[in-house]
Formats: sequence, structure tokens, C-alpha cells
Amino acid sequence: MSVNRRLVRAIVDKELREFRRNRYLVFGMAIIPVVFSIQPLITVFALSSSESAPLRHEHVLLYMLGIPALVPSLVAAYSVVGEREQGTLEPLLITPIRREELLLGKALATFVPSVAVAFGVYGLFLACVEFFAQPSVAAALIRPSDLLAQLLFTPLLAGWSIWIAIVISTRANDVRVAQQLATLASLPSVALTTLIALNAIDASLTTAVVAAAALLLLNRIGWRVASAVFDRERLITGTK
Amino acid sequence: MGAMNAVPGGSGGDSSAPALSADRLCKRFGSRVAFDDVTFEIGHGEVVGFLGPNGAGKTTTVRTLGTLLVPTSGSATVAGLALTPDNGVEIRRRISIMPESPGLYLRLSVLENLECFANLYEVPAASDRVDRALRAVHLADRAHDTCGSLSKGLRQRVALARALLNDPQVLFLDEPTSGLDPVAAREVHDLIDGLRHRGVTIFLTTHRLDEAERLCDRVAILNTTLRTIGRPDQLRDQIFARTLTVRTVGPIPEPDRVFLGVPGVAGWREDSTATYVLTVTDPALAAPGVTRALVTADADVLSISASHHSLEDVYLELIDNDAQAGRP
Repeated sequence: MSVNRRLVRAIVDKELREFRRNRYLVFGMAIIPVVFSIQPLITVFALSSSESAPLRHEHVLLYMLGIPALVPSLVAAYSVVGEREQGTLEPLLITPIRREELLLGKALATFVPSVAVAFGVYGLFLACVEFFAQPSVAAALIRPSDLLAQLLFTPLLAGWSIWIAIVISTRANDVRVAQQLATLASLPSVALTTLIALNAIDASLTTAVVAAAALLLLNRIGWRVASAVFDRERLITGTK
Repeated sequence: MGAMNAVPGGSGGDSSAPALSADRLCKRFGSRVAFDDVTFEIGHGEVVGFLGPNGAGKTTTVRTLGTLLVPTSGSATVAGLALTPDNGVEIRRRISIMPESPGLYLRLSVLENLECFANLYEVPAASDRVDRALRAVHLADRAHDTCGSLSKGLRQRVALARALLNDPQVLFLDEPTSGLDPVAAREVHDLIDGLRHRGVTIFLTTHRLDEAERLCDRVAILNTTLRTIGRPDQLRDQIFARTLTVRTVGPIPEPDRVFLGVPGVAGWREDSTATYVLTVTDPALAAPGVTRALVTADADVLSISASHHSLEDVYLELIDNDAQAGRP
């Protein structure tokens, strides 16, 4: 199916404008990265040079992949059920936009700020480690392979998290329930990245390639599933 | 309010087909019937009022014709296209629906709301079209206000401007004057008149019977099934017999002899003392003969008046009949 870019862009622009003016959503997006960053930073700053050796065999910074897994779920969960609660969904569905385009627009509008926040916080974290941690600790933590993993998996995890949240949002009848379920649904991704960060799962090149391919596929499937469960009739009338 | 000037948009489809038609259209939600056996044809440029009590299925009918809901059975054409899932996008390009609730993005400005929808309709020269729509509803000076700061009536006007953006061939208006003050309501009426002159077909759902009578070429009354459709005067004639009411100072001794010999008088009954209701074929033709007959009979006449039934009388009569017949 071809996607009409103008329609998708209209949704993205509208969503981003709304996000900027919804302080609760902005606060929600900001609080998770703060929670994720402060405690690890304190721990890293407290490490002495002698404690840096074991860090070379771990992937501690991959813990930060929890941010793209969690941040977008809150916003994406609002996307459909929020429109429904505001009474704005019906006028939107009256326009020629297809559900696939509508959902893609909503996903992109969540994806862009979420990935920007995740990369921003990660960059800030790296800067703090580089400048304020012991040099040997910084050298042990900041490794090209982990940076590459962060660059690759941040968008993939954010995308996956967004599609799960949108699927939940299309089926939920209440914004709060949708947000709670979406947060819950993103926890397995957080758990997985934490297990990798703690070396409980071997983070080899093969693991990374397989995981990236799987996430890419899941993102594609997520779009299809979200479009399939987006039932105009149920969303408009609340029946079925 | 000033009408927009462009020609209704969209191309293709069957131009000889009615702007809107339904053939035994039905929508059920499980075992509940929203509307059933709805059949009508509406021509291009016609304004049709859609009346009915709450829960009669009016909004569901509009949503079905607007491709938001899939009919359970029956068929329809909308803006010259068959109402099928494959035609959904093209139909939505050619029509516009102004829902009862404006459904605006309250954190966005009036302009931002309209720009978003202009882009969703892919209208060419979007900013010009938005300006024209704003001028049409007299909101150009409020373009930069956030919708959340507007009164209910102003939000209603923004929703109307939004419905005009794509120059629809068929415009569904659900209670367009709900919440508007009398001046603003009159402006909306003028706007509807202007759209009618441009050839836009308007399907007007309203509870305001005076509005329907004033604006609509025909009215349809729905009470789960389509009870009737026609011109307001046709419906009056269908439902109510044409009558003349004669009031005299005292009772007429032999009313049969006075009234039944007059051409055009089919019957009479005494409504109250010295008040007679005459069933006539045409009040204007029968009145002179009745007057002469009364003078000949030496009756002291107080008044002779043709009965007048409003659309409201027609509506109430039909709905009351439904209630008495135990119909939903």
C-alpha cells in the first residue's frame, strides 16, 4: 500500500504541536530519563580507578536502552484513545486519511521526540562520564561497540514500544488504562536490555544482528497489527 | 455569513446519479436496530432536513453514509459513488460532515486546526482556502485564538469552517445551529442558502423544525424506519385534511343544508359551540362559496379561516402515531 506523505505529515505536525502544548505529556516524557540517569551517574561517579577493570567485560551503558523502550509508550498510548476521549477522532476519520496513514503519522510523531530524548539523555550521560568520572572508568564504559548498539537499538526499541502502545490505545476505553498497560507491555524490553547490560545475556555481534533483524520485523508487523485492530466502527460507537 | 465561492470539489463518478441515495439501507448493532429500511433519493443542490426523535438513528444514518460505519444491509450511493469499503477514501474526499460535537483540538489555534484539516483533504492553495472558510463563518479575526478559549457557539462556527474546507459535493450538518445565538443561527442559515445556490447538496439533521421548514426543500422523518419524506407542504397535505374553520355568533340550525351543498366542501364537524370545521379540497376555492352559503342562511359570521398546520404538527402527529402503534 502506498502511503500519502502529505496526510502523514499533517498528522505528525498536528501531534507535535499538541505535544508541545500538553505539559503533562512533556513532563511524562522527561521524568523517565531523569530517573534512568541519576542513579547510574551517582554510581559511576563513585567508582574508583581500581574498580574499572570488571566494567570492561560488561555493557553497563546498554541499560540506557530502557529509555526508548519506556518513554514513547506513555505518549503513544494516548494517541488513539486520547483523541476518542477528546471527541476529535470522528472529525479525523471523516477525512480521506487511511487508518495506516493515520497510525503511521501518530507513530512518527511519538518516535521523533522519544528518540531525540533518548539520544539527548545518552549524550548527556556520556559527557558526564567523560568529564566527571575517573578516566579509567570512563574508558571502560564508553566503548565503540556499545555506542553502535545504542545508535541501532534506540530507534528500533522505540518503534516497537510505540506500536505496542498504539495497539493498546486502539483497544482501550480509557487513557489511564492504556498508559498503564503500555508501560507494563514495555517492561519486557527494559528487562531484556537490563539483562544484557548486566551480562546475564551474552551481547555478541550475532545476538545484536539477530535482535536488530527481529525488532525490524516486529516494527513492520506492529504497524500492520495496529492497522488491523483499528476498527472505525468500534472507535466511533463504542460497540463490538 | 458569506458563502464560499468555489465549485464543489471532486470529479468522476456518475454525474447523472443522485447526489445521495439509499435503498433499503439498514444498520444493526447486534440485535439492536439503529435504522432499518431507509430508502430515499436526494438530488444535486437539494437541502434535505433529517428529523426524528432522540435515538431514532439519524446520527447513525449520517455516519453510515459518511463511511464511518458499514451498513448491515441495503445499498447507497454518496456523491455519485456506491457506498462500498473500496470507495471509502474517494467518498470522504467528496463529502464533509459537521458532527454535533465540534471535536476541535483545543490546544491548537483556529488556524492550526483548519490547516491540519486542509492538508488532510489535500486542498490546493490550502492557506487561501482556510482564509475563505474563516471569512465565510466570520472568524477571520479569531484565527490565532486557541480553540479552547472560544465559546461553544464560536467552536461550532470553526467546525462549520472545517466542513467547508474541501468544497464538498455533499455536506452533512448535524445540528449546525445548536448553541448559537439567534444572529449567529441566522448567519448559518444564510450560509446554507449560499451553499445551496452553489449546488452543494445538504443533509441537515436538526431538532429545530422551524429551521427545517425554512431551509429545506424536503424533509425526511426517521423513527428507526423512514416514516416519510417530502416537501413540507406535501407532508402537511398527506397528514392533515385541508380545513376551513367557521365561527358564528350562535349555532347554525341546519349545518348539513348550509355546508354540504357548497362546491369543494367534503364534510363538516362541530368543533365546539358555533365553531364548525369543514373538510375542503382547497380552502381558497371553497371559502367564497361557504361565505355565500352562510350569508344566505342568515348566519352571523365571526370568522372564516383556513387551517394552518406547521411542520411541527406533522412531526408530532407522525411520532405520536408511532408511539400509539408501539413502534420504536
